[in-house]
Amino acid sequence: MIYAGILAGGKGTRMGNVPMPKQFLLLNEKPIIIHTLEKFILNSKFHKIIIASPKEWIQHTKDLVKKYQLESERIVITEGGTDRNGSIMNIISYIEQTVGLSGDDIIVTHDAVRPFLTHRIIDENIQYGLKNGAVDTVIEAVDTIVVSQDGNYLSNIPVRSEMYQGQTPQTFNIIQLKGYYNSLTENEKEILTDACKIFMLKGDKVKIVRGENFNIKVTTPFDLNVANSILKGSLDK
Amino acid sequence: MINQIYRLVSPRQFEVTYKDVNITSNLVVVRPTHLSICAADQRYYTGTRGEEAMKKKLPMALIHEGVGVVAYDPSGELLSGTKVVMVPNNPIEEDKFVAENYLRSSQFASSGYDGFMQDYVLLNRNRLVVLPDNIDMNIAAFTELVTIATHAISRFEHISIKRRGTFGVWGDGNLGFITSLLLKKIYPKCKVLLFGKTDYKMSNFSFVDEVYDIYDVQANVQIDHGFECVGGRGSSMAINQMIDHIKPEGSMSILGVSEFPVEINTRMVLEKGLIIIGSSRSGVADFEKTVEIYKQYPEVIDYLSILVGNVLKVKSIEEVTAAFDLDLSSSWGKTVMKWGI
Repeated sequence: MIYAGILAGGKGTRMGNVPMPKQFLLLNEKPIIIHTLEKFILNSKFHKIIIASPKEWIQHTKDLVKKYQLESERIVITEGGTDRNGSIMNIISYIEQTVGLSGDDIIVTHDAVRPFLTHRIIDENIQYGLKNGAVDTVIEAVDTIVVSQDGNYLSNIPVRSEMYQGQTPQTFNIIQLKGYYNSLTENEKEILTDACKIFMLKGDKVKIVRGENFNIKVTTPFDLNVANSILKGSLDK
Repeated sequence: MINQIYRLVSPRQFEVTYKDVNITSNLVVVRPTHLSICAADQRYYTGTRGEEAMKKKLPMALIHEGVGVVAYDPSGELLSGTKVVMVPNNPIEEDKFVAENYLRSSQFASSGYDGFMQDYVLLNRNRLVVLPDNIDMNIAAFTELVTIATHAISRFEHISIKRRGTFGVWGDGNLGFITSLLLKKIYPKCKVLLFGKTDYKMSNFSFVDEVYDIYDVQANVQIDHGFECVGGRGSSMAINQMIDHIKPEGSMSILGVSEFPVEINTRMVLEKGLIIIGSSRSGVADFEKTVEIYKQYPEVIDYLSILVGNVLKVKSIEEVTAAFDLDLSSSWGKTVMKWGI
C-alpha cells in the first residue's frame, strides 16, 4: 500500500520569536499545513495520510483538519519524534500497529512547510518509489556550492552541474527503511538526519525526481514573506 | 490548496502562477489528464489573435478541450478516478430562449478565463460529463471539438426546413471530418458530400458518399443543406460555392471562424430564400449528447482515432512549448498533451 507521511514535528525555532510552530502560520489566511495536506488528499493512491505533529500540538492539528472540513478515515494525526527520522519511524509504527506492513509498502514523506508541491512531484515519487528503495526530490543547483570544512577557508568547489539541492517528498520502501534504521547505532542515528543517506550508506541506489524551484520550504519569516508574495503577486483574473 | 496555473503571458511564453483554492467548496476537483490543442489556442500562442485581444485577455491559461479524472468531490457523489470531460463554457445566468453558449455573460475557458492548463481544475458539478470507463482518453481529449459539430447539427435540426436528402460539408480538416461523420450517423439515410481541396486529407473521409475537389465541381451537383467548416481566408469561397449548389430554402450552417469580414453573394441568398445559421461553441447538453453518441455508435470512436495526430507526454513548460510548436507544423489531426505537469 501507499502511504503519505507529512512531517510537522518541528517547533519552528527558526521562525524567530513566534509562539507557534511554523506549519501553523498562515499563508493567505490558511495554515500552511492545510495547504500541504490538501495536495495529498487530492491523490487517491494514498491509503492513509499520516501527519506527525509535536505532542502538544496534536489536538490543535486535529482541530484545524476539522475546521477546514477535511476529516476522513484516510487522515491520521500521530505524535512526531525527536527528529525527522524519529517522526518517520513513529508514522511507520502507527502503520505497523494498525494495518500491518508488507514488502511493497511505500511511504511518501513530505515537509508540512512545503505547500507549493505539485501533482507531478507526488505522482513521480509514487511511480519511482514502487520501483526503488528510496526516492529523493531535487532541483539543479543554481548557485555555486562551495565546501568549507573549517568555516574559514574553502576546502572544495564541486562541479556545479553535478550539484542538486534536496527538497521533499522523499519516498521509501517501508520495510527496507525500518530495517536499515534499526541497524544504526544511537550515534549514527544522530548524525544521519537524512533517510536517503541511510540508504546510500547501506549501498542502495536512491532515484531522483525533479522538484520545482517554487517548491520552497517556509521556515523563516523571510520565507513566509516570499510565499505570501508569490501567492498574492500572481496576477489574477 | 495552492493550485498551479500555467498561463500564457505573451506569445510563446508560459509562466506558472499560483492561486489559493478551497477544495471543500461546492466545486469538483479534477486532475486534467489529456489536453488537446485547438486552433483558437494557437492564435493566442502565436500572437495572431490581434493585439487588442492579446492585451485584454493575457495572462491566461490556454486549452478548452480536455478530459481528466475526478480527484476530489466534497459531496462524495463522484468517486475519485471517475473519467470526465470538462465543459469550458460556464454560464452565470439562465435564459429561457437563448442557449448558454450564446449568452454574452457566459465565461469561456481559454477565452478571457483560465483554460485547463492547471495542476487541478475546479468546476461546478454541472460542468462535468462522466465518460465511459473504457474510453480511449487520447480520443476523448478533443470531445469539445466533437460537441461543436453536435451542437451545429442540433441547431440546424431545430431551425431548418424539414427536407432531409443531401448534405454538403465544406472543409477537409478536423471539424469537417467530425461534422461529416456525425451527419452520417444521425441521418443514416441521407447522403453526405464533402467539398475539400487537399487529396490526402480527403482520402480519410471513407464514410462519405461523394468527395469533390472544390476547383472541380459540376454545376449540376446539388445539396439540400450545407455546413461550412473552413474559416479564415477560405470562408468566402466556401460559402459562395455553397450558395451556388444549395437548393432553395436550404440552410447554411457557418462553423468556421474568420478574423476578417467575409463577402458573400447575398443576391442568391435572397433569391433562394436561404437560411444562414451561425453556430459557435457548445453547451453542456451538447456534451451529454456527444457522450451518448459515443456509447450508441462505438464506431464513431474508431473513426475519430484517425484524428489523433501527436500524443505527447508533457512534464514541464518547455515540453508544453514543444507540443504547441509541433502542432503548428502538423497538417492533419489533433495534438494531445498527456498532462504530466
